[in-house]
Amino acid sequence: MSAPIRLRGVSKSFGATRAVREVTLEIERGELLAVLGPSGCGKTTLLRLIAGFETPDAGCVNIGDEVVAGPGRLVPPEKRRVGMVFQDYALFPHLSVEANVAFGLLRRPRDERETLTQRTLELVGLQHKAASHPQELSGGERQRVALARALAPEPELVLLDEPFSSLDATLRAGLRREVELILREADATALLVTHDQEEALSLADRLAVMREGSIVQVGAPEEVYGRPASRWAAQFVGEVNVLAGVARGGGVETELGRFDLRAPASGTVHVAVRPEQFELTARHDGNAEVVAREFRGHDVLYRLRHEGGRTVLVQLPSLELYEVGARVFVRPASSAVTSLVD
Amino acid sequence: MGLTRRGIDGWAVFTLLAALVVAGPLIALPLSFVTAPGSLSRFSGLVPEALAATAVLVVGVGAGVLVLGTALAALVSFCDFPGRRWIEWALVLPLAMPGYVFTLFALGLEVPGIRSELGAVCVFTLVLYPYVYLLARSAFLAQSRTLLEAARGLGMSHRAAIVRVGIPLARPAILGGVALALMETLADFGTVNLLGVRSFTDAIYRVWFTALDRDAAMQLATLLVSITLALLLLERLARGRARYQQQAARGDVVPPVRLRGLAAAAAVAGPLALVGLVVLAPLAQLAAWSVESIGEGLLAPEFATAARNSVLLAGVSALLVPVVAVLLAYGVRTSRSRLAAGSARVATIGYGLPGSVVAVAVIVPLGWLDRRSGTGLLLTGTVIGLLFAYLVRFLALAWGSVESGLMRIPGTLDEAARGLGADRLDVLARIHVPLIRGGLATATLLVFVEVMKELPATLLLRPTGGDTLAIAVWQATTESLFETAALPALLIVLVGLLPVAAMIRLSGRRGAELTARSGVTADAAPLAGA
Repeated sequence: MSAPIRLRGVSKSFGATRAVREVTLEIERGELLAVLGPSGCGKTTLLRLIAGFETPDAGCVNIGDEVVAGPGRLVPPEKRRVGMVFQDYALFPHLSVEANVAFGLLRRPRDERETLTQRTLELVGLQHKAASHPQELSGGERQRVALARALAPEPELVLLDEPFSSLDATLRAGLRREVELILREADATALLVTHDQEEALSLADRLAVMREGSIVQVGAPEEVYGRPASRWAAQFVGEVNVLAGVARGGGVETELGRFDLRAPASGTVHVAVRPEQFELTARHDGNAEVVAREFRGHDVLYRLRHEGGRTVLVQLPSLELYEVGARVFVRPASSAVTSLVD
Repeated sequence: MGLTRRGIDGWAVFTLLAALVVAGPLIALPLSFVTAPGSLSRFSGLVPEALAATAVLVVGVGAGVLVLGTALAALVSFCDFPGRRWIEWALVLPLAMPGYVFTLFALGLEVPGIRSELGAVCVFTLVLYPYVYLLARSAFLAQSRTLLEAARGLGMSHRAAIVRVGIPLARPAILGGVALALMETLADFGTVNLLGVRSFTDAIYRVWFTALDRDAAMQLATLLVSITLALLLLERLARGRARYQQQAARGDVVPPVRLRGLAAAAAVAGPLALVGLVVLAPLAQLAAWSVESIGEGLLAPEFATAARNSVLLAGVSALLVPVVAVLLAYGVRTSRSRLAAGSARVATIGYGLPGSVVAVAVIVPLGWLDRRSGTGLLLTGTVIGLLFAYLVRFLALAWGSVESGLMRIPGTLDEAARGLGADRLDVLARIHVPLIRGGLATATLLVFVEVMKELPATLLLRPTGGDTLAIAVWQATTESLFETAALPALLIVLVGLLPVAAMIRLSGRRGAELTARSGVTADAAPLAGA
């Protein structure tokens, strides 16, 4: 068992733009880590620094026991044992599916090469397309070839750069699950870069939220969602209501009622309340009015105007529906536990 | 372990060095005015003479190709007549006819008045009009019908609309074609020499061989380069803001007008007569002379040697030049540095410069190296010097096809391959070369044919016993041994037909847009960037 992948204080600037600022991050063996951030936050640069396509200005990158980038040391991409799945897949158009997958195995003995190629093609379920050329495949199949090509040399780490962004929205959910299963089956360590929070939350073991070149929070999806480290993180990862209130001990009093706090506090604070942390009841003398309703199938997102004037987002199962214009009474759900934000 | 140090990039350094080696001699040409200031004054009569001849040629050929090329392009683009598809492409064939071969034909037939500046203007116009024709034709075909229809709607006849809207819109392309034809005219040595026109290339030759004065030759070469560059600049200025019109003109193709009766007959007969005169008649005459010379045993004994030399030189260059072009283009791509990109631009300035200029430019540094290394005449006395001159002269030709191919390969392919364990040379061999093999084949063919036809640089740099087919044609023609000159000339023209045929075949598949990628505009691209 070798050491995990480690980044320490990695920075990279392009001219005056500081794309990546002192990022420190560890990826455990067999883990699927997602780097989530808005476009232009530096996440793709981070990926390219790990792959070796960019040189860090400071800091160091370890893969296994080896320093691949650091003061006085720079291992070229071809020696890093890192597989990459590109946004546009970057399949070699002049090679068959099989030759694409075998590309990284050139220096292996022939037997091993063939075994690995076959095994990887089976893993992604494309044995029957081995002789096809990339142009003849569907988008999803191309993606699986790209994944197989990256996995075949059994890399220390697989990097995926927005792997689902060029696919149809309808295909995305299914392929996401498929990719996850393939990665788990291959027992691969993977780092995925995305701007899609739903994708990151559903796919990753851990999440690193990135903003303006820095990583602002790392944790399990439920932790990042439930305990956002900042107002920005709370707003970026899902919908949120940020409420002002007065904390006393284990609770906080807001204009919408009292919420439990994860950690005791006191004084004037802000808390992040997720839309599903409210309860609604229809009442003529309710404290809010339904302004808009977004039906999402299994649940509904309501936009309410509270009597105090503020807008409140509330998400409920679609079992019972409230009409736009209806008076409702909104109050904290009994299980609602909230975190402080800046 | 694979360590690379930050900041020092092997490929960028290689690109810079290659550029210096290739373009260095050309950049150093003007230095001759400093190192040997008075040289040219010994030949004070040559310069005014050459300037006068050049002026006549530029004006005459410019007007000739402008009228002939534009008229023919307009004919096949805006009119329809029986056999138009065939004639459209037959009109390109004169590209395969080197000026000195057509001159040989004309001299052999003793055309009256051919040994004059006017004769040279006629020869150049007949063999060079395809440059204007091709570029004008593709511009016409790219024109939007709505523009011409708007003109018709404003009360113009079809003919008036073509003359007052269609042709002015194609002005940048037409001027580009004229510029190309004029560069060829300035670069030519064979035609002017054989016809007794005392232009710059002829003056360089005489100073070099009869006076053995290299400094004066270099200074003449510098003057010729200046005229060439001035011409390019003039073309740029003349284009001016006209460029945007080309982009604006998009839409349906203009429907051609169907010609009938006498007009149709003339539209068929005119181009056929032209192609017959410039290509078919010389081919037939050369074939007849060849048969005669073989039958009478007049075939020069050196013929086999010359043929072998030509094929060897062309073959080696056709391998060497594209390889250098690929390495250079890949260096620019992989190092991503502005230094490398600038170097590549510099390395490709040799094209469009006359072969005599390139020969004069490379001989000085090579001679210096020979003296320094004490290896005798290793570089200047062997084919190495000549091959180097071909590299300098034709690198841009190969570069054009190679670079446009590389540009179409997305950068992520390089990175994907690197991530899979391929180093930079692997990426080149396993990804790029297979993906640009079409462009490479074009580059190889173009360089092969150009070297086969090349006369002035070969004449100045060939080692003893290194005569080529082109030299054989020129030499026999100067001695009025037309039958002897016929067979090598025939071979040169037949080889020259290969890329023209390839271009025509290619265009059959891809239509009008095609000319943009043909050999001719592969020639044009580096010129435009020079």
